[in-house]
Amino acid sequence: MMPSATTERLLKSDTERHPIEDYQRCVPRWCTGCGNNAILTAMQRLCRDERLRREKTVFVSGIGCSSRFPHYMNTYGFHGLHGRALPIAEGIKMRRPDLNVFVNTGDGDCCSIGTAHWIHAIRYNMDMTVLLHDNNIYGLTKMQASPTSPTGLKSNTSPRGTQLQPINPLSVTLGVANASFVAQAVDWIPDLLYQTISRAFHHKGFSFVRILQRCPEFVPALFEQAVTDPAKILLLSHENGLQISTELSKVYRNQEKHDPLDANRAREIAAVTEPIPVGILYQDVNAPRHEDVEDPDKLGTPEMVKSALNEEFDKFTIWPSE
Amino acid sequence: MDTTPSSDIAMASQPHVVAVPSRKITETLTEHVIEVLSDSGEGAQKCGQTFAAIAAKMGNGIWTVEIIPAEIQPPARSIEGASGNRIRVGANRISNGGDEADLVIAFNEQVLIGRLRARELKPGCTILLENKWSEDRNPEIVAAYAETRDQLIDQGFDLHEIPMEEQCLRHVKDAKKGKNMFVLGMLSSIYSMDMKMAREQVSFIFRKKSEAVVAANHTLLDAGHEWAEANIAFKYKIPASKPKAAQIVVNGNTSLALGVMASGMQVCAMYPITPATSASHYLSEVFQKVGGVVHQAEDEIAACAFAIGASYAGKCALTITSGPGYSLKQEAIGLAVMGEIPLVVINVQRGGPSTGQPTKGEQSDLLTACFGSHGDAPKVVMAVSSIEDCFYSMITARRIAEAFHMVVVVLTDANLATAQQPFTRPQFSEGWVAASVDQNSLPDGTEAYEWDGRTGLARRLVPGQPHGMHCLTGLAHDRNSRVAYDPEINQDGMRHRSLKLAALQKTLKIPDVFGGDDGDLLIVGWGSSRGAIEEAVERSRADGLKVSSLHLKFIQPLPSGLKEIFQRFDQVMTVESNWNDSMESELIDDNNRRFSSLALILRSRYLVDIDCWGEVKGQPLKPGAIYRVIRGKLNLEGGDDAIRHN
Repeated sequence: MMPSATTERLLKSDTERHPIEDYQRCVPRWCTGCGNNAILTAMQRLCRDERLRREKTVFVSGIGCSSRFPHYMNTYGFHGLHGRALPIAEGIKMRRPDLNVFVNTGDGDCCSIGTAHWIHAIRYNMDMTVLLHDNNIYGLTKMQASPTSPTGLKSNTSPRGTQLQPINPLSVTLGVANASFVAQAVDWIPDLLYQTISRAFHHKGFSFVRILQRCPEFVPALFEQAVTDPAKILLLSHENGLQISTELSKVYRNQEKHDPLDANRAREIAAVTEPIPVGILYQDVNAPRHEDVEDPDKLGTPEMVKSALNEEFDKFTIWPSE
Repeated sequence: MDTTPSSDIAMASQPHVVAVPSRKITETLTEHVIEVLSDSGEGAQKCGQTFAAIAAKMGNGIWTVEIIPAEIQPPARSIEGASGNRIRVGANRISNGGDEADLVIAFNEQVLIGRLRARELKPGCTILLENKWSEDRNPEIVAAYAETRDQLIDQGFDLHEIPMEEQCLRHVKDAKKGKNMFVLGMLSSIYSMDMKMAREQVSFIFRKKSEAVVAANHTLLDAGHEWAEANIAFKYKIPASKPKAAQIVVNGNTSLALGVMASGMQVCAMYPITPATSASHYLSEVFQKVGGVVHQAEDEIAACAFAIGASYAGKCALTITSGPGYSLKQEAIGLAVMGEIPLVVINVQRGGPSTGQPTKGEQSDLLTACFGSHGDAPKVVMAVSSIEDCFYSMITARRIAEAFHMVVVVLTDANLATAQQPFTRPQFSEGWVAASVDQNSLPDGTEAYEWDGRTGLARRLVPGQPHGMHCLTGLAHDRNSRVAYDPEINQDGMRHRSLKLAALQKTLKIPDVFGGDDGDLLIVGWGSSRGAIEEAVERSRADGLKVSSLHLKFIQPLPSGLKEIFQRFDQVMTVESNWNDSMESELIDDNNRRFSSLALILRSRYLVDIDCWGEVKGQPLKPGAIYRVIRGKLNLEGGDDAIRHN
């Protein structure tokens, strides 16, 4: 999209507010009713509210329906390889700590082909916000079982229903030492989705948000009960976690006061899949971050290169004898 | 080289009778190949490297080759456990590891057997063997020692049994630590080294240790020297010319790492793999001095993706690997090609396929480098041919990657990785260092890929630049980086990405021909074999043969002018360390012969009937072997018969 004259004017100031349209590149090509639309809207709201400079913001994704996300954001985007969004995002963040880095990844992308990267990204704990768009199915390749598909799900690769237990992305994340922010949201409660990604964005470190996302095309029934029956949801609230509005509380009565500092309780909550926990499970602001322990503390200049090289050459030099 | 007085044979059979030569005659040599062999951990490598450094300091030409066992702790006294160093010392510049060894020092007899089987020892060469095994408590060891010793003598080797352990124990409690310095002293005596320089070098290598350690090693060095002076009948001198300029002595991988530093690249993402990793070890030590970082990723794919991310958002980044890791990176390399992200990929080649021969060199990844990754993925492929070249190629690779927004694959191999050869100390130039990343605002309406119709080049947009926002994608895309749905778009993108190679090609110089401009035979090579090929050509030309060679640095794209060069020679053949079917095999004929990699590329491009020869024995190609191939190809006496098929 060509930047409009309005956009041009707005770019002149860091602090000036962009309307939400300025963060929209084009009309998404997701299916009608796809949960990704809700996630996109929440993200564009976040960008507007946080006044993120568009040129300083990068969305990195893998491959899959959800990984089209960066194409729809009018920021920088990197739509890379299946499963490899995280290492690409890490490379970007390491060299450019000034950029806001977001990652969009699906359940196949993150929990299957990219699992190794996911586990290690948690361990590296670099400052980025990671959204796992988890619809429990491969969509773009037309309905194959994913590692998060519930047992018994019939798909094109499991016509008699899946036999294996699904991976629990929350438990896995919480199982990695150095996990620093773990939350779960659902696409159909926009207020909490927005609050969760906002909290994730403000967390300095690797913020992992699993978002249960509806796929009306291939698994329309999957979250139907959870959408229509508030009893199937457990809201996690706490002064350190999400704030539940009175309106929401009237609908979602199933709530637990859970302090995100409590790692053990977080693991217990993560392990229960019904009711679906929604909120911040865990946050540790003190988990060591990669940028604090690994990254160089200076930018190289030609003078530095010259002196460092000469210092090294000295170690290996044979000088002509007198 | 038969240089040994025959009276020494007597010494071999009577190890404890020390024959003191009344007066030694110092024989002058133009060069010698020396091997120091021990069990892993006994310090033969350090001994050999130190000896080479002293020789270099004196102004001799040197080339060292590491002899490395594949295992970390191979069993003691085992054939496969041989660890050590080959040092080729010459009066003039030395460009390769040379042919078979002239003199070998072995800490036990077992480590000799493997070298003997690999035909690395010159028939009848001098062997100095630790004799303590002849009186070992274990009768099996005594028997094994005697058996090998007797075999070696029977085969005509000039074997000398040396009481190294016994002599060392006069000075230290544990001879295992320090025997290598005693041996260094012996070598210093045999080759008439400058003992002041030797002591200085020993001080240097132990500079991080206590004074007592340095002193003990000096004592052993002197003891070895004195012992050899008194007990070894032969003495050589390899004349040296005093070096005029300061020289750097490092191995190929260290040279690569220094080149990375010099290039201004600041991110090296890697995953441990042999033989590439030693470059990262060194880089990890020093990179922070220039604001650089070595990221050890969780796997090879992540390492490549990380480098791509870093490169996309900043200066050109680097990933370094060897064969198996290079295979794993293919999909990510294709992404960098598609997104036009600058990237340097170093492949320190080893024997393949699969796990292959991790510690041994081979030149088998050329076709993968040129044509790897699915779809049409044009990328630059260059090969380094010397230790010095490792350094400067990093600067060139970074420049090309950034100028053309391309992937530049740099091929080196295990032979160069561990070999040492002095080169002139580089003088820093600011032009080596990558410029800072452009963060200026772009003109309104800037497209993500403003491809130039002639060169395929487009401005590179980096996150942080206002008006440059776009979504880079591995999908086929238009000039705005929008996913292509129009049939013409993919055609257009492919054309521009391909054109960049042509644009680079127009800047390449016609390579120099080594030898004469025309003649009967042209040898074409690439990579680490340069020194050996040129030496073989020199020897052939000394015989009066009209043979020349051409060494290619750029293989993709190939420089102009090659066909014209080929046409000036009656025959053209490549020499490379990768597989080709021999016409000697019963089933092999012109319809099914598989050619060496470069030969295949050159044949298809130039329609010239280019032959090939190569070996995949895990050893550097030897000048002597190439010399015999040349003679064979020209149907001359003393030639390699396998090559006479045309």
